[in-house]
Amino acid sequence: MISLRICFAATLAALFLAPALRAETVQVAVAANFTAPMKQIASAFEKDTRHKVQLSSGATGKFYAQIRSGAPFDVFLSADAETPARLDAEGATVAGSRFTYATGRLVLWSPRAGVVDSRGDVLRTNTFRHVAIAAPRLAPYGAAAVQALGRLGLLAAVEPKFVQGESIGQTFGFVASGNAELGFVALSQVYENGQIKSGSGWVVPTDLHSPLRQDAVLLARGKDNPAAVALMRYLQTDLVRAMIRAYGYEV
Amino acid sequence: MAAVVLTLQLAGLTTLILLVLGTPLAWWLARTRSWAKGPVGAVVALPLVLPPTVLGFYLLVTMGPDGPVGRATQALGIGLLPFSFAGLVVGSVLYSLPFVVQPLQNAFEAIGDRPLEAAATLRASPLDTFFSVVVPLARPGYLTATVMGFAHTVGEFGVVLMIGGNIPGQTRVVSVQIYDHVEALEYTQAHWLAGGMVVFSFTVLLALYLLNPTGKRAR
Repeated sequence: MISLRICFAATLAALFLAPALRAETVQVAVAANFTAPMKQIASAFEKDTRHKVQLSSGATGKFYAQIRSGAPFDVFLSADAETPARLDAEGATVAGSRFTYATGRLVLWSPRAGVVDSRGDVLRTNTFRHVAIAAPRLAPYGAAAVQALGRLGLLAAVEPKFVQGESIGQTFGFVASGNAELGFVALSQVYENGQIKSGSGWVVPTDLHSPLRQDAVLLARGKDNPAAVALMRYLQTDLVRAMIRAYGYEV
Repeated sequence: MAAVVLTLQLAGLTTLILLVLGTPLAWWLARTRSWAKGPVGAVVALPLVLPPTVLGFYLLVTMGPDGPVGRATQALGIGLLPFSFAGLVVGSVLYSLPFVVQPLQNAFEAIGDRPLEAAATLRASPLDTFFSVVVPLARPGYLTATVMGFAHTVGEFGVVLMIGGNIPGQTRVVSVQIYDHVEALEYTQAHWLAGGMVVFSFTVLLALYLLNPTGKRAR
C-alpha cells in the first residue's frame, strides 16, 4: 500500500516537476533496420538527459509521405541518404542538421548453418528455390542486393527466384521462417557481439554496391524542441557510435 | 495489367472452390441440430473479425518448411505453398470463407422444411431435391455468395502481402501493386489502379443490390 502511495506521489511530482526540469518528449521516426540499436540508444539517452523518446519504426518511403502530410515527428532516421536530402530540398527540415548516423552492411543469410558459404558461392548453385530480397524500388537494402548481383553477373540467373518483402523487416521474416532458404537482409538484423548470431551468412563486400548510407535529419517540427536537438547531438557522440558499431553498422 | 489478370484469376478460382466447398458446409450449418453447429459457425466467421495479419502470419508459419501443412505438402511432392499462386488460393479460400458460407446458410435456412417435405412426398431423392428445389430457391443466396466471395478476394491485401512475396505474374495482385506504387511515391499509377478498384467495387455492389431485390435478399 505504502509503495502504491509513493508511486502515486512520485507520478504527481513527475507530472508537475517535469516542466521545471525541462524534460521534453522527442518523436522519432526510425527506419525498420535501425529499430533495435535505436531502442538501446533511446533508453541510454533517456537516462542521461531525462528527456523522453517515442519511437515509431517503419519503411522510409512511408515516413516520407507521412512527414510531407504533417506527421508529428521531430527527428527522422532514414534508411537512405536520398529521402532526408529530398526533405531538405523541400524545406521540411532544419537546414544543416543532416548527417550520416550509420552505414549499413548487406548480408546474404540463412537461418540454417552451412547453407551460405563465406564467399556467397551458393548464389552460383541451383540448391535453393527462393531468395528473399527487400523490394528494390522501395528499400535501399534491396537495391543494393540487386546491384551486387549485377556486378557478380548473377542477376539474370537469380532474379527468377526473388521473393520480395515490402521492407527489410518483412524480408527477414521470410528467411527466418524458413519459407525462403536464404535472403539478403541487413547485417544488423542477424548480428550480435561482433558476429552473425545464428545460421550462416556472407557479408557482401562493400565494393559490390554503393554504400548504404543512412542519414538523420532534424525535422522542421523539432526545431525548437530541446529534446530533439539534444538527441541529434547525442547520436554523434562516441558512446553512441560504439553502440551502433556493435550492431554491425559502420560509422 | 498482369496484376489485374492475376487478381481476376485468383478471385475466380477462389470463388469457385468456395461455392463447391461452401455449399455442403452451409447446408450442414443450416440443417444440423448438432452441438457442433455453434463452434463450426464461429470458426467459419473467424476471418471476419481476425486481422489479415493474424491469418497471414499463421499461414506463413504453418505452410513453411517446419509447419504441419508445409511438411504435408512437401511429403506429397507439392513443395511449399508460400510465394506461389496455389498458396494465395489457399489463403484466399480461408479469408473469404464467411463471405460465401454465410449468405448460403441464410438462404438455406430461409427455405424451411416444407418444400423439402413436399419434394420427399413426391419421392424425390435428397440429391434431386437439393438440385431441383433447394438451389433454385436459394438463388439470391448464391448470387450474394458469388459476388461477395469474388469481390472480397479482389480486395484482399494483408494475407497476400504476408505470404505472397510480390512475384510478378504469380503473387503480385492489384492491391499489392497499389501498395507498391504508393510506397515508391508513384501516385499517378497508384491513382489509376486505386480508382479502378473503387469503380469495380461500387459496380459490383450496385449490381448485387439491383439483381437481388429487397425482401428476397438472403440476409
